[in-house]
Amino acid sequence: MNPVTSALKRLLAMIIKEARQIRRDPLTMGMMFVIPIMQLVLFGYAINADPKGLPTAVLSYDNSPLSRAIIRAIGTTGYFSEAGPVNSESAANALMQAGEVQFLITIPDGFFRHVVRKEKAQIAVEADATDPSTVAPAIAAINAAIAQTLNAELQGPLAASRAQAAPVNVILQRRYNPEGLTRFNIVPGLLGIILTMTMVMMTALAVTREYERGTMENLLAMPVKPLEVMVGKIMPYVLIGAVQVAVVLVASRIFFNVPFLGQAWVFGLATLLFITVNLAIGFTFSTVARNQLQAVQMSFFFMLPSILLSGFAFPFRGMPGWAQIIGAALPATHFIRISRGVMLKGASFTQLAPEILLLAVTLVIVGTIAVSRYRVTLD
Amino acid sequence: MSAIIDVKGLVKRYGPRTVVDHVDLAIEQGRICGFLGPNGSGKTTTLRMICGLLTPDGGSGTVLGQDLIKGRDVIKRQTGYMTQRFGLYDDLTIAENLEFVARLYELPDIAKVVDAAIQRLGLGDRRNQLAGSLSGGWKQRMALAACVLHQPRLLLLDEPTAGVDPKARRTFWDEIHALAAQGITVLVSTHYMDEAERCHEIAYIAYGKLMARGTAAEIVARSGLHALVATGDNADKLAPGLSGQPGITAAAAFGATLHLCSPDEAALKRAVATVSNKAIRWTETEPTLEDVFIHLMGQAQDNMAAA
Repeated sequence: MNPVTSALKRLLAMIIKEARQIRRDPLTMGMMFVIPIMQLVLFGYAINADPKGLPTAVLSYDNSPLSRAIIRAIGTTGYFSEAGPVNSESAANALMQAGEVQFLITIPDGFFRHVVRKEKAQIAVEADATDPSTVAPAIAAINAAIAQTLNAELQGPLAASRAQAAPVNVILQRRYNPEGLTRFNIVPGLLGIILTMTMVMMTALAVTREYERGTMENLLAMPVKPLEVMVGKIMPYVLIGAVQVAVVLVASRIFFNVPFLGQAWVFGLATLLFITVNLAIGFTFSTVARNQLQAVQMSFFFMLPSILLSGFAFPFRGMPGWAQIIGAALPATHFIRISRGVMLKGASFTQLAPEILLLAVTLVIVGTIAVSRYRVTLD
Repeated sequence: MSAIIDVKGLVKRYGPRTVVDHVDLAIEQGRICGFLGPNGSGKTTTLRMICGLLTPDGGSGTVLGQDLIKGRDVIKRQTGYMTQRFGLYDDLTIAENLEFVARLYELPDIAKVVDAAIQRLGLGDRRNQLAGSLSGGWKQRMALAACVLHQPRLLLLDEPTAGVDPKARRTFWDEIHALAAQGITVLVSTHYMDEAERCHEIAYIAYGKLMARGTAAEIVARSGLHALVATGDNADKLAPGLSGQPGITAAAAFGATLHLCSPDEAALKRAVATVSNKAIRWTETEPTLEDVFIHLMGQAQDNMAAA
């Protein structure tokens, strides 16, 4: 027979066999279609590098029509949303440290007078610059809004003030990250991503391996309880995760000069919780996955939104509502807020308590699912 | 004597398929019961139900005096179950594997227990070798050592010698007999006839139904089979022609001879009559255990077809 024909025949045999095997693994097939669609949706709809509606506190000590017009104008830019009334500098600062407010706009006493007298009129804008990418477009919007308002409001006898080169100075203060360094934002967030990536996959693999190698049957025949198996499987990885965190922290200090302003114990507690949540998720995956390949696929499926929707890679507040809801359900989102809060802002336990509590609740829920899914029998 | 295993009417279904169909099994203390049957006949499923790894869909009974379902945890502590597939960790050493098992059973003085087990195995100089690097025979002996570490009163062994060489099998069975002599009850599944004959008694299961029970001799005697052996002038070559004859259970070549068996003596005679070659000599012989099992398997199939 012609050697080319016979090579093609063997090739065909190979292709048919491979296609049949692929068809027998519906989860892999599903993942091959679901993951690209998920990527498309997340990158196409969820991610927005120009976030609007950022929570903003306004402190106005100048009750003039001009001040009120400026505040209204800033509001209509769409970049800011008023985050309730604030009546003191310290209250506003606390809100910013807790991450509930991203901008604080202060209009000083006598602002209108300064404008009229052509003295140096100032508006102070303090921005939470832990995510520097959200600051620049917002500041540009403020400047534009002020210029427009001045044009509209300073009419008649006041028009002379308008003629001045820059009648109002916007003094911008980038809090927590004065130089607007992207790495300050990336490094604490990366901790959350690294832990999600390694911890979920490691446990998912560790348990699936027991089933795949046939050691699970032997284990089940011995007097060991599901909770003991789960906790015992998880514990060594908690230690590994803790070492990972320590390594990243030291490296971020030495190489990137990222500060660590907060209390170590708050950070330690949150990290421990977060690691355990991820391990419990991995354990749950392993009770579903039938082999190690599926375990890896499921971990990847979980990792993708953890990177894109957690506020790690793109501003959380820039995402549409549905994406924020999904993002809020991911443990990485809360851990990243905590790590940025502790490291860059020196946020206290009380300020971060809601996020820490959310992690704890997630742990209880996922842990319960994991234990209830693990079977003592082979039924 | 008390029955260590005493279960009645065990049933296990997977969807519409009944894998184990009303199996009764009683085994006295210190006995080695061979569990035989074709692949997929429900042997592993039955063993798993006895050791609490599977919940039966029907039936009841006691194992080690405990209720099969309610006493699951107590039964687990006093039972050693050796899985068909090597159930220990390839990436742990022999000593580490045994230590892990000893810890799970909360044995006192773990180091001593592990050392003693390794000495008994004769693996003293290889204790730090990875279990994955052991040969099939050694792996099985090590798995057996791991299952008896906690001194169980009952051993359930699922095809422990599959794929193991004859010498290692011999050693393995010597160990099983030594354990039985200490009063341990053993239920062991196997496909090897020589192993079946080393058991005190046999239970034969086919398509989920228990077909025969008793000693090897009893089972052969009760089978009602008749057998002939043909020798001379390429007698073995007759096998394909004779195996299709009506009423013939088995026509099998053994070297140059032919073994023919049937439950019906007349059918046997008719089959012999079809052979024209006068140079072949026919002599009566005892049916073998294998004949009986093949016959029982055929019966089980007929029952299934009739049902």
